[in-house]
Amino acid sequence: MELVQIIALCLLSVVLLVLLRKERPELAVLLSLAAGTMVFLLILTRIVAVIQFITELSLRAGINTVYLAAVLRVIGIAYITEFGAQVCRDANESAIASKVELAGKVLIVLVAVPVIRAVLELLMELIP
Amino acid sequence: MDVDLIFKIAGVGILVSVLHTVLRQAGKEEQGHLITLVGVVIVLAMVIQVVRDLFESIKVMFNLY
Repeated sequence: MELVQIIALCLLSVVLLVLLRKERPELAVLLSLAAGTMVFLLILTRIVAVIQFITELSLRAGINTVYLAAVLRVIGIAYITEFGAQVCRDANESAIASKVELAGKVLIVLVAVPVIRAVLELLMELIP
Repeated sequence: MDVDLIFKIAGVGILVSVLHTVLRQAGKEEQGHLITLVGVVIVLAMVIQVVRDLFESIKVMFNLY
């Protein structure tokens, strides 16, 4: 069961992080980055299964794939942004973390622009 | 692949910190900083590959081109 494996991996890296944090904070940041990446790579197959299920549902419901692609893209951007911002906060660099989040928000709005435009055009048609 | 990378990084970290303190006792502080730098570079090379795999898989999965 992956969950036990993931939890064991995280507990192990936490212990090693506490050990490294005192003398070598820079290596501790790299270790936490590696541990976080490892956990994601472990649960990758499950995420792909969830995404396939969502796309199958949306196809059956007849939702336009453009909107679904936009939603998936926003989820991807949000995940990477949160990953980077959290690593920066772990290294006590909250200034850089907020810059990363700002960039993530801007990119998300950029992805959402076509969807918003489609909704507005739809509304304009409804109003006589 | 996964757990031994964490052990490798921790091993390099501990080795570097021990070497640093030993060199400091021996009075060669500069070599200590060099050793630390080499350790950080090695660990960075290892971690960069893993993070590249992560970003590649995210890019493919969420079609973020």
